[in-house]
Amino acid sequence: MSAADTGKRNRSLTARLVLMAAGSFAFGFALVPLYDVFCEVTGIGTDKTLTRAGSADGQVPVPGRTVVVEFTASVPAGGWQFEPVAASMEVHPGKLYEAHYRARNLAGRATTGQAVPSISPMRAARYFVKTECFCFTPQHFAQDEERELAVRFVVDRELPKNIDRLTLSYAFYDVGQARGPG
Amino acid sequence: MSHAASHDDHANGPPKGIVRWLTTTNHKDIGTMYLVFSLMMFLVGGGFAFMIRAELFQPGLQILNPAVFNQMTTMHALIMVFGAVMPATVGLANWMIPMQIGAADMALPRMNLFSFWLLAFAFLLLLSTFLMPGGAPASGWTLYPPLVLQTGEAFPLAIFSIHLMGASSIMGAINVIVTIVNMRAPGMTLLKMPLFSWSWLITAYLLIAVMPVFAGAVTMLLTDYFFHTSFFNAAGGGDPVLFQHVFWFFGHPEVYIMILPAFGIVSEIIPTFSRKPIFGYEAMVFAIASIAFLSFIVWAHHMFTVGMPLAGQLFFTLSTMLIAVPTGVKIFNWTTTMWRGSLSFEPPMLFALAFLFLFTLGGFSGLMLAIVPADYQYHDTYFVVAHFHYVLVPGSVFALMAAVYYWMPKWTGHMYDMTLAKWHFWLSAIFVNVLFFPQHFLGLAGMPRRIPDYASQFADWNMVSSIGAFGFGLSQLLFIWLIVKCVRGGAPATAGVWDWPHGLEWTVPSPAPYHTFEKAPEIH
Repeated sequence: MSAADTGKRNRSLTARLVLMAAGSFAFGFALVPLYDVFCEVTGIGTDKTLTRAGSADGQVPVPGRTVVVEFTASVPAGGWQFEPVAASMEVHPGKLYEAHYRARNLAGRATTGQAVPSISPMRAARYFVKTECFCFTPQHFAQDEERELAVRFVVDRELPKNIDRLTLSYAFYDVGQARGPG
Repeated sequence: MSHAASHDDHANGPPKGIVRWLTTTNHKDIGTMYLVFSLMMFLVGGGFAFMIRAELFQPGLQILNPAVFNQMTTMHALIMVFGAVMPATVGLANWMIPMQIGAADMALPRMNLFSFWLLAFAFLLLLSTFLMPGGAPASGWTLYPPLVLQTGEAFPLAIFSIHLMGASSIMGAINVIVTIVNMRAPGMTLLKMPLFSWSWLITAYLLIAVMPVFAGAVTMLLTDYFFHTSFFNAAGGGDPVLFQHVFWFFGHPEVYIMILPAFGIVSEIIPTFSRKPIFGYEAMVFAIASIAFLSFIVWAHHMFTVGMPLAGQLFFTLSTMLIAVPTGVKIFNWTTTMWRGSLSFEPPMLFALAFLFLFTLGGFSGLMLAIVPADYQYHDTYFVVAHFHYVLVPGSVFALMAAVYYWMPKWTGHMYDMTLAKWHFWLSAIFVNVLFFPQHFLGLAGMPRRIPDYASQFADWNMVSSIGAFGFGLSQLLFIWLIVKCVRGGAPATAGVWDWPHGLEWTVPSPAPYHTFEKAPEIH
């Protein structure tokens, strides 16, 4: 085998390995949508599905069963006062309810907030249907404005029998405020 | 194969002085530069560890403020992982792979030089972040958002330096694969290849598969920081937990990138000093390949506490424990190689044996961490710190020191001071246990990691651990002195160096001539 042959084989293998590295780089970014798909398939829910309006059609209340829904709130980055009006309520699966949160803008200027919901336990997420929610859209607040925010929900009657308590949690963020050096 | 490098004048050596090191494309010179660079970084990272242990010597804040302490832990990790252990393995690959497979040089010599200088520049950049407003990155080497996004002016420099070191590793890996696949001497079939070269071939594939994923993850951090994307920003619909998944998809193979070459080194040394061929050669190759494969499907065991469906926890527990099987095969085969061997205990063998015992111990604490309910208690405690330092220090680092003691006579042409080497070994082996073993107790008692101050019930074992750290750090000065002495002179080494040399590298004179195997050797 000649040196020229080896050089040619080296170049072609190098090119293939560079392509492989480029593929890995692309795969890193592909993990972002794959992560959403995974959360969707396993029922954990994603930001997109948890902030999408569901329908209460076809739900019939189950009077014989009650489930406790707890409400919690957090403000990871500050700038807001944000809390549930009632800490929990007892509900019948299949029946539509409304709960309220109270938010107050402490940023010292007009700003826009976005609530990000999550449900615990995770496997209950697909049975918690929000027909209307302040988390579906960004919420504009004037300086120092305080107001109540509503969420209308129904707990699906198919909720597994061994779940009798679930928690709806909102993290409230400021979307008007750019991050980093901006 | 004809003489590929015939334009070199073999009678003359390399150019003199600094020009040699800036322009060389010789695999031995580049290997030396990688090894020296790695030793320097080992000292810098060790200096940071020294400061961490000095601060933790007693409860309360004595010498570092918490922000600087966090910079120390972060930079210690980044430097030891990417600056010390990985470049040391690349240096060994450069020196030994061509000599083990009977090739004249690496396949891509100019890219080889480029990847070295890229790495050196990356670390200059990373270390310069100490001078930036806000200081060096302080988020831990895992760079979790949103914490990492609080880094000051250093942020883009740190990310760029990670890009550079990643590019350097990928180029190094490509070079190793092309060399091994295309440049083996005629007759050197893959299954005749020494296990060190085998371990590097598999490591190189791991590097190409995961370093770009890490580059992608830090690029996403960069765009979140500067361009208001929301990959990991919950307010914009992203998820910080996603970063942990992407990071550990890289991070777990990364820890095997640091240990597989160590496995290869130990697989060279134990047969030599047992005067027997390795037991179960094919099983050893297969075990490395299995470990490499499994490394891709265990990542979430680093993040059991983020909240994960039960099925996920079970899957990652079981896949993690599965790794104990090929690893057990390796431990078994090393032990069996020694069985009824004619053992002698020269410094490389001492380090290899310490590796065998202490790496296994680190592996066992890894199994404990793989158990989800137990991990809930151990997560982010000093138990984790003890675990990964056992597999990395008396694991990878001891294997690298064993490699230096094994091949240094071949590199320099001189035997080193055996007495000094044994002092270095015993001091290191004792102090490394004084340093890390008490950290198991601290972790089980609930001491969190990455804190500059702690509750007073942790005081005693922290003091013991710090004493171990000072002893271990100072013992390494012996290592440096020994290397300097060996480079400058010593009893001349024979071509075989050891009693029972095996492999092509022992057929060339010591020191290895500047050009070896320009005419391919005959393999029997």
